[in-house]
Amino acid sequence: MNVRSQVSMVFHLDKCIGCHTCSVACKNVWTDRKGAEYMWWNNVETKPGTGYPTKWEDQDKYQGGWKKNGNGKLEIKSTGKAKIIPNIFHNPHMPSLDDYYIPWTYDYQNLFNAREGSDQPTAKPISMIDGEEVDVESGPNWDDDLGGSPIYAENDPNLEGLTDQQKLQLSSVERLVFFYLPRICNHCLNPTCVASCPSGALYKRGEDGIVLIDQKKCRAWRSCVSACPYKKTYFNWFTGKSEKCILCFPRLETGQAPACFHSCVGRIRYLGVLLYDADRLEEVAKLPDDELVEAQRSMILDPNDPTVIAAAKKNGITDGVIDSAQHSPVYRFVKEWGIALPPHIEYRTLPMLFYVPPMSPVQASKPEDTIHHESEEFFHDIDSSRVPMQFLANLFGAGHEGVVRYALAKQKAVRWHRRAETVGDIDRETADRMLRAADCTREEADAIYELTALCTFEDRFVIPPMHREQAIEMMKEPHEHRTEAGFGFVGGPRRGL
Amino acid sequence: MDKSFFDQFLFVILPYLSLFTFFLMTVYRYRAQSFSYSSLSSQFLENEHHFWAVVPFHYGVLVITVGHLVAIFIPRSILLWNSHPLRLYILEISALAFGLLTLIGLVGIVIRRATTTRIRKVTSPTDWILFAMLLALVVSGVAMALLHPWGSSWFASNLTPYLWSIFKLNPDITYVTSMPALVKFHIVLAFLTVGFFPFTRLVHILVIPNPYLWRKPQVVRWYGKKQ
Ligand code: HEM
Ligand code: SF4
Ligand code: SF4
Repeated sequence: MNVRSQVSMVFHLDKCIGCHTCSVACKNVWTDRKGAEYMWWNNVETKPGTGYPTKWEDQDKYQGGWKKNGNGKLEIKSTGKAKIIPNIFHNPHMPSLDDYYIPWTYDYQNLFNAREGSDQPTAKPISMIDGEEVDVESGPNWDDDLGGSPIYAENDPNLEGLTDQQKLQLSSVERLVFFYLPRICNHCLNPTCVASCPSGALYKRGEDGIVLIDQKKCRAWRSCVSACPYKKTYFNWFTGKSEKCILCFPRLETGQAPACFHSCVGRIRYLGVLLYDADRLEEVAKLPDDELVEAQRSMILDPNDPTVIAAAKKNGITDGVIDSAQHSPVYRFVKEWGIALPPHIEYRTLPMLFYVPPMSPVQASKPEDTIHHESEEFFHDIDSSRVPMQFLANLFGAGHEGVVRYALAKQKAVRWHRRAETVGDIDRETADRMLRAADCTREEADAIYELTALCTFEDRFVIPPMHREQAIEMMKEPHEHRTEAGFGFVGGPRRGL
Repeated sequence: MDKSFFDQFLFVILPYLSLFTFFLMTVYRYRAQSFSYSSLSSQFLENEHHFWAVVPFHYGVLVITVGHLVAIFIPRSILLWNSHPLRLYILEISALAFGLLTLIGLVGIVIRRATTTRIRKVTSPTDWILFAMLLALVVSGVAMALLHPWGSSWFASNLTPYLWSIFKLNPDITYVTSMPALVKFHIVLAFLTVGFFPFTRLVHILVIPNPYLWRKPQVVRWYGKKQ
């Protein structure tokens, strides 16, 4: 057993209101710079929808993630190993600016400088890259709330495997449905971005698993941009370096939650440590699609198990981190309750951001039938919910419905249990039968309810002590370090000639 | 001006100045501004013509560069190969072909940069000077291949000794002074480019990744351990 710790995340999709506060918080802190205008390290997309960059989940186009080759080994789909040699000059699968959007501002000067005339002067949109006038056609959240639209929703790659009837229903006016999917870098356990970098500029921090790009080592070979299946590494067109979400490590190191977590209006975000067995990485990443979710879960170790604690200590994991792991909200959602699922685990990067799948409105019309909310089949409304199960399974279950259904059924059981407790319109016995059917106890249901609905800052963010100051003192004079802390370094990141 | 002084300047002083600048400034730039070592890819801004410009240029220029290096470091291998006329023709024709490939790519690069407004934004004055120099270098190279054939042989037999005399700090320019003007132009320009190298985007050639093919896929860094 090779125990490592990873700062991990849960996003509770049932609570996301799609307000984009998280995106704006991140933008203001990190990417409001030349070359990064188009980057949204945190973005929120509407599902079904095409997302940002457009159709990022279409791996036939972008070739992100890993694939198993003939002799059962994992191989980077885009430009792994030898394939980089002929492709280093021109990366065949890299998205370009037009796959994201052209960042724009407005020509406000014209409001002051326009010649006197009979019309009001206007501020025309101009590109933030070359200053040319642009005809704005897309933006980072251009599919916002457009469930059912023929341009966005109907082109969602997750519609694969749905019946024609299901697809038709998704775009019929009475049945329109959508939910939000906020996304940041998943700080994966088996990241393709790291594995693909010819310069070895990307790395995972040993102590907390945060994935970073060494700005001094990056040489703009752009492999990571193609290799990340989630399109969460971005190319800065001005500095000639790739950049990505840094999980606000300067904030984490000082005990604060990342900006997007901190500002989240729906309070959907949870952060905490998971301990996992790094020895099993390769074996797990190679398993068949339908075993991946369970296998990744089985890599996550019980932080209260004495053998795990001993092995963790042997690997130099501090008591503070172990204690933090024991109180991790992520551990409860992912491992204890099994209701948080990794996105697209079939890309085999083993993402460490997990989503609680959203409950969706019940089907509102059924020909020649009325919907009964109480039924002997407790979970009928999950199976016939407006977001087809197969769609959610494509997102969170590598195409397999079992794990998604489990997570939704448990959430529903929790609701009924709470209704029996507080409203009383459901009798206790029915609620208990429902809990049993959903593999849940009353205690567990209350715990889920509390962490979902009543959670405070301290409940949601259990940030481990990172001891960064000690590490810095070991390597550097603290006064010298002070002048270069944060994102930059002495002299500033200047573009080369 | 005295002709021999002029030759001395072009073929002795300039080469030493260039080589000195090259070594000093690449090291200095790497140490002081390693952030600026980047291929400064522009594929992200323009992806349609990118392939047709950058790829032929690089395949061409890499083969030509390696050819020059072989002629400098193992001239005998070339002379031996060329001892058979058929093999000489093959070498000459392929050199010309790769020269043309470079030229086509380079012209593509320049046109692409000049005509795309987005790319013009990320093209510095240094880039334009560099492209002009490279263009002159490649055009004169291709012209030499056409006007003064069997370059592979006379490079190895006449220019290599000259270059080595420079490297060995015992310059002997008798080999070059008798060369045609076009060849002299190419040599002088080549040295100028070498001197200009550390101030341009060409530094990306020095940081081509090599351990990648052997290293483990995942990279992990721990506190307190030097990278
Ligand atoms: C194995 C060696 C080399 C590698 C891996 C390499 C790689 C690259 C890459 C990735 C780019 C960026 C292209 C883009 O996406 O826009 C580039 C650009 C460039 N390279 Fe190289 N290169 C190599 C050798 C050379 C050599 C020998 C030259 C000779 C002069 C050269 C001259 C250039 C120039 C002028 C550009 C700018 C092209 C443009 O974007 O307009 N490279 N190189
Ligand atoms: S989400 Fe993408 S960028 Fe983030 S660690 Fe995984 S592969 Fe790398
Ligand atoms: S701030 Fe929270 S609720 Fe608002 S969009 Fe972001 S994740 Fe959703």
